[in-house]
Amino acid sequence: MAEPANPADTNRPALALHVPEPKYRPGDKADFSHIDVGSPGAQPRPDESCHPSQMADLAYGLVRVLGDDHQAHGPWNPRLDPETLRTMLGHMAMVRAFDERMFRGQRQGKTSFYMKCTGEEATSIASSMALASDDMVFPSYRQQGILIARGYPMLDMINQIYSNRADKLKGRQLPIMYSSREHSFFSISGNLATQTPQAVGWAMASAIKGDSRIAATWVGEGSTAEGDFHAACTFAAVYNAPVILNVINNQWAISSFSGFAGGERTTFAARGLGYGIAALRVDGNDALACYAAAQWAANRARGNHGPTLIEYFTYRAEGHSTSDDPSGYRSAQEREEWPLGDPVMRLKKHLIAIGEWDLDRQAAMDVECAELVKATTKEAEKNGILGHGLHHPFHTMFEDVFEELPWHLEEQADQAIRERITKFGSERPFG
Amino acid sequence: MNESPDTMTEATAANLPERRINMIEAINEALDIMLTRDPDVIIMGEDVGYFGGVFRATAGLQAKHGKTRVFDTPISECGIIGAAVGMGAYGLRPVPEIQFADYIYPGLDQLISEAARLRYRSAGDYIAPLTVRSPFGGGIFGGQTHSQSPEALFTHVSGLKTVIPSTPYDAKGLLIAAIEDNDPVIFFEPKRIYNGPFSGYYDKPVEPWKKHPDSVVPEGYYKIPLGKVRHVREGEALTVLAYGTMVHVTEAVCKAKGIDADILDLRTLVPLDIQAIEASVEKTGRCLIVHEATRTSGFGAELSALVTERCFYHLEAPVERVTGFDTPYPHSLEWAYFPGPVRIGEAIDKLLSE
Repeated sequence: MAEPANPADTNRPALALHVPEPKYRPGDKADFSHIDVGSPGAQPRPDESCHPSQMADLAYGLVRVLGDDHQAHGPWNPRLDPETLRTMLGHMAMVRAFDERMFRGQRQGKTSFYMKCTGEEATSIASSMALASDDMVFPSYRQQGILIARGYPMLDMINQIYSNRADKLKGRQLPIMYSSREHSFFSISGNLATQTPQAVGWAMASAIKGDSRIAATWVGEGSTAEGDFHAACTFAAVYNAPVILNVINNQWAISSFSGFAGGERTTFAARGLGYGIAALRVDGNDALACYAAAQWAANRARGNHGPTLIEYFTYRAEGHSTSDDPSGYRSAQEREEWPLGDPVMRLKKHLIAIGEWDLDRQAAMDVECAELVKATTKEAEKNGILGHGLHHPFHTMFEDVFEELPWHLEEQADQAIRERITKFGSERPFG
Repeated sequence: MNESPDTMTEATAANLPERRINMIEAINEALDIMLTRDPDVIIMGEDVGYFGGVFRATAGLQAKHGKTRVFDTPISECGIIGAAVGMGAYGLRPVPEIQFADYIYPGLDQLISEAARLRYRSAGDYIAPLTVRSPFGGGIFGGQTHSQSPEALFTHVSGLKTVIPSTPYDAKGLLIAAIEDNDPVIFFEPKRIYNGPFSGYYDKPVEPWKKHPDSVVPEGYYKIPLGKVRHVREGEALTVLAYGTMVHVTEAVCKAKGIDADILDLRTLVPLDIQAIEASVEKTGRCLIVHEATRTSGFGAELSALVTERCFYHLEAPVERVTGFDTPYPHSLEWAYFPGPVRIGEAIDKLLSE
């Protein structure tokens, strides 16, 4: 390495590298009083055709609807009827029950991997409920709420998680990397942010064809550092694509806090402003605010007014996945100290406050969710769990690489089947 | 040499008028035909719209088909390929152009992890019927960022098809087949031979395509199936496996040396026409592999291994590879780098002396 120039010789100050550090580490007392969460109902709601520069403040504040009094406030109140609110709460409770059971299933050795979305349920469920059911979604890996909200069969979700013989993805994908064309739900990659330019491309195609369907994508705040996200913003802005770019700022990317994606400098919503994209920053634990923001962006896209970037400010209440222990890198107090509460509790209290729900019905619903998940899990287990033999036939490993099987894959498929026969000493059907 | 009629579809050479065009014109024609035939085909890329592309491959197409079907893009290969994957998921059949193969690397994650895997990972729920066109190869004093031959990066990826034409006739028929194919296809166009079948003798005048029999290209729609070689020349002395520019260079060297070579233009690297390769090597017992790309882990290594594994007892000499050197493509020393007549001639002499 070359010798550094001595500041004393050059009369220039010595440079110092800033390496971001989260405020709290394990054992620290968490205090979030520095976060300005604003007031519910305080943010103005511009017209959906508004020029991005005219609504720049919305990229720095927080759109909030639900107040401490559990009532809905201000111009962003989506004024949903009680039945829709109960449906929303039901989906959120179901996802939470599902996550609990699947996480436990991984610990019991039924599969290799799982990811919960605890604390972030509103960012997928409420926001996708504001879309039409045939609007195309390009999710990241923590949007299982969309599938629940769109009525995708839970049995198929669990079969996928178990990679068993009934897995619609033929056991090829890591658990939770679902795909359902029927539900306008794009195949989840596992590589980060790749879905963002794809969503823009889908939206461009829809516009090229004069279609009326729009696209939406979800990406974590950590993954906004990927080039793909910036390519997506550029393309979305250049072609005024009918797309919603949802950034889920849950504060943590595995063990790296949002500062490593630039969160110390500005908001993630503000990323949109530099591209000339309408930007909203929303309380992600407020299901009504999430719905209202998504509805605003969907109206904007549908009216040919262009893309919207929405930052959902939320908190990842659990670990990144079954593979990490958050107590190793952050303060255990963060979850309870989070200033924006829990999205399920907040929606429940709102429904109770407006006289459309009560604790007995809540208790009954919780039991119903848990029992349905349990029964569906048992049903799925009849099709096998990971590593216990009930998988798709062997030959399927070689299918779908191409539309037609080329000679070299045929040869390799023959080899794979030969190896199985050698190992098990019979010609039992491996497919 | 044109295709035999049985490999042509919907048209035969016999009832179409004879015209002579160069490779750029053939590619432009294939794109025009597909834009006309299939409303789901779109073309996008840097400078491909109004201007018609830096090599003119898309000249006139925006004016004819409209700017929502042929349009310019931001300078972002990641965005171009990523958007094309999303368009494919919608149901379009995108034909993105990457201005130079050397520029394709920012788009690799979208090609390797996304386009190539989409059918597999979604169990056929979604497909990525992209055809990524890109000029590749050297010989135009392009320096290290406008000369590379990165085909082996793509042949190494499961789920991608790699196609490289070497004549105007093939360029048109293969490009139409690639666009109609439901798998992602990397379509590398050897830019040194856009305007004529370069013989490798860079100090001699280049012949235009018009003097080459394969510049006779029917006006209408036809396609050449992917995965089939073009038998350039029948011979007994040795087998030549080559593609792109090197087909013409090797053919010229064999002609100059009076070698009775059996020359196969591979045309498609994946899926490979292994039957044609085996039949030729079993006949000649000697195999020369020629490509312009760097040597180590180049596609020639795969070819050499396949020939050795499958034709070992027919071989009378070790398989020979002629390639570019394992250096970046130099500017001033371009012709010292290029696997030209001297390097090929030496390899042939060695093959035939054993």
